[in-house]
Amino acid sequence: MATVEKDAVSLGITKPIMSPDLIVQVPPGVPAKEMSYQEAIREALREEMMRDPSVFLLGEDIGKHGGAFGVTRTLYDQFGPERVRNTPISENTIAGAAIGAALVGMRPVAEIMFVDFSGLAIDQIANQAAKLRFMTGGQCKVPMVVRMPQGGGAGKSTAAQHSQSLEVWYAHIPGLKVVFPSTPYDAKGLLKAAIRDDNPVVFLEHKFLYSFRGLVPEEDYVLPLGKCDVKRQGSDVTVVASGYMVWHAMAAAKQLEQEGISVEVVDVCTISPLDEETIGRSVRKTGRAVVVAEAVRSYGPASEWAMVIIEQAFDYLKAPIVRLTGRFAPVPFADSIEKGFWPDTGDVVQAVRQVMAY
Amino acid sequence: MEISRETTLEMYRRMVRIREFELAAIDLFKRGMVKGAIHAYIGQEASAVGVCMALRHDDLIAGTHRSHGHNIAKGADTKKMMAEILGKETGYCKGRGGSMHIAAFETGSLGALAVVGAGIPIAVGAALAFKLRGEDRVAVPFTGDAGCNTGNWHEGLNMASIWDLPVVFVLENNQYGVSTRITNSCKIKDLSLRAQSYGIPGVRVDGFDVLAVYQAAKEAVERARRGEGPTLLVTESYRFEGHYAGEPEVYRDRAEVQEWRKKDPIPRFRNYLLEEGIASEGELAAIEAEVRQEIADAVKFAQESPQPDPATAMDYIYA
Repeated sequence: MATVEKDAVSLGITKPIMSPDLIVQVPPGVPAKEMSYQEAIREALREEMMRDPSVFLLGEDIGKHGGAFGVTRTLYDQFGPERVRNTPISENTIAGAAIGAALVGMRPVAEIMFVDFSGLAIDQIANQAAKLRFMTGGQCKVPMVVRMPQGGGAGKSTAAQHSQSLEVWYAHIPGLKVVFPSTPYDAKGLLKAAIRDDNPVVFLEHKFLYSFRGLVPEEDYVLPLGKCDVKRQGSDVTVVASGYMVWHAMAAAKQLEQEGISVEVVDVCTISPLDEETIGRSVRKTGRAVVVAEAVRSYGPASEWAMVIIEQAFDYLKAPIVRLTGRFAPVPFADSIEKGFWPDTGDVVQAVRQVMAY
Repeated sequence: MEISRETTLEMYRRMVRIREFELAAIDLFKRGMVKGAIHAYIGQEASAVGVCMALRHDDLIAGTHRSHGHNIAKGADTKKMMAEILGKETGYCKGRGGSMHIAAFETGSLGALAVVGAGIPIAVGAALAFKLRGEDRVAVPFTGDAGCNTGNWHEGLNMASIWDLPVVFVLENNQYGVSTRITNSCKIKDLSLRAQSYGIPGVRVDGFDVLAVYQAAKEAVERARRGEGPTLLVTESYRFEGHYAGEPEVYRDRAEVQEWRKKDPIPRFRNYLLEEGIASEGELAAIEAEVRQEIADAVKFAQESPQPDPATAMDYIYA
C-alpha cells in the first residue's frame, strides 16, 4: 500500500486504495523515481517552466498556497509571482487571458480550481480558444493548457458542485484536445506534451488520483496526445476506461486472471481527439467489450466508446457491450447514497463475467 | 496636441473608407449576395479611426461582430475584407469567418469575437504577455455599450487594473444593444464612471469627433505604454443603421435616427478640414474618389474570387 502524501490532502481526498503495482509503466533498468500523480504534474510544470520562458501559470490561489490541491506548491518560490500568477476569482478571464497570452506567443497553463467551476469559463474555452484558429482561416494558433481537477470516488466526494466528471463538455468541441491521465507516468508525459502542443488542451486531473504513486523516468520524456494506451494485454475481453476507472479495470483484470479470464485494458488517456483505432483493434482481437467511465450515463464518454466499438468491430462481437458509468444524477454527499454511485472493481468483475457468459 | 496634416488626412481617408465599405457591403447584402448578416459601423467611424490612428502597428485590437470599421481603421486591406464577407478563399479568414469574424492579424489583431465582451479577457491576456516580456505594446479591446454589462467586461477591467496592464478598453456607446437602449440596461448615464470601481481613469469623449477621440486615445495609450495601467475610454456616438442591415428597427422612431444623423462624423470632419484650411475641396474630393474606386475594386475582387475548396473543410481546426 502506497503512503499518503501529506500535501495532497485537501477536502478529505487522501489515501490511495489501489496498489501502485497494478500499473507499472517504466521498464526495469530505466532510471526512475517513485512519485505521486500530484508530484508528477508539478514536476512537468517545473521542467517546462525551466525549459521554456514562455510557459507561465495563472489561476486562483496557485501562488504560496499552491492551489486547492497543492499541485503548484513550491513553484511560486522557485519562479515568483509573475510566472505563478494568482488571479481573482474570475474563471472566464483566467481562461480568456490564457488565450490572449497564447495568441501573442506565450504558453500559458491556466488552473481552474474544480472542473465544476469551468462553466464560468466555457465561453472562452469552447467558443474562443477552440475556434479562433478555424474562424480566422489559420491566421493564429492558441497554445494553451487549462488544468482542471475533476471526479469523485471512494467515499470522498464533496457533493454536486465539486465532484463531477465533465470531460464531454469539452470533448464535444472540435478544436480542443482533452486529456485525462490515470497514472503519475502518464500525467507527467502528457502534461509536457500538452504544454508543447500548439492547440488549446483541456487537461483533466482526477482528484482522487493525486495521492496515487508510481514510477516516473528521471529523463525528459513526452507522451503522444491523441492516443489510447493499452495498460494490459489480454485476449478474452477488452475493458475501455479512463481516469480512476482504469485502476478499477486493472484491479478487476488481476482478479479475473485467477478465474482464467484474460482482460485487455485500454486507457483512453486522451479523451479527444479519440484514438478509435486502438479501441477497434483491441475489440476485434478480443470480441468482447466493457466500457467504464465515471461520468454520468447519458451522452457520456462510455457511450461514445461503445459506438466506436460498434462501428469498428461489430462483426467481431461475441456478446453485447456492457456500459458501466456514474448514475445519471447529481453527485450526492451522504455516504449511504454515494455508495454505489460510481462503478468500482466489483462492478467491472461482474460486467466481464457477464460478457464472458453470453 | 499637434497632429500632422498627413495624419489628419489619413484619418479622413480611413473614415470615408469605412463608410464606403459599409455601404457597399449593405448593397451586396440587399442584393442577396451575403450570407448571414452585416452589422454596419456607419455613424461610428470617428471612434475606430480616432483610436486606431493612436496605435502602433504592433499594438493589437480585439474586435466584435461589428468590426469592419475597426479593421479598416487599423489598416486592413478592403479587398481581403470584402472577400471574407462573401465567404471567399481570398478573404482574411479564407471564408471560414465571414463578416462577424474578419480579423487582419497582419495589421495587429487578436481576432473578432462575436460573443459580446469576449474580446476583453483575450486582450487582457495579450497585455499580460506584453508586460511579462517587458514589451511596450498595448492591447485595445473594442466593445459596444451593451458589452459593459457582461461578466467578461467587469472581470477583465478588474484583472487589468490590479496588474496595471497596458490595455485601453474602448467602450463604444452607440446607444443600443440590438434593440435595447443603454438607458434601459445601465442605471448610470456616464458609463466612464464605471472605471472608478476599478481604480483606473475613465474618459468620456464625443465619438463623432475623430480628433477628440484621437487625443483621448493617445493619452490612454501613452499611459499604458509607460506601464501605468489601463484606461476606460467611452466614445459616445450612435448606430445609424439597424442592428444589422435590413433590420426593421421597430424599437426606435425614424425622427430619432434623423436627429442623430445630423451629427454624422464624416461631413463634420470634412467641414473642419476645409474651414481650418487643412485640405482643399479638390484634395478631399480626390480622396473620396480614390476610396470609392478602391471599394469598387474590392467588390469586384470579392465577387470574382473562388469559394474554399470543399476538400479543405477540415483545415485549420487543429494547428
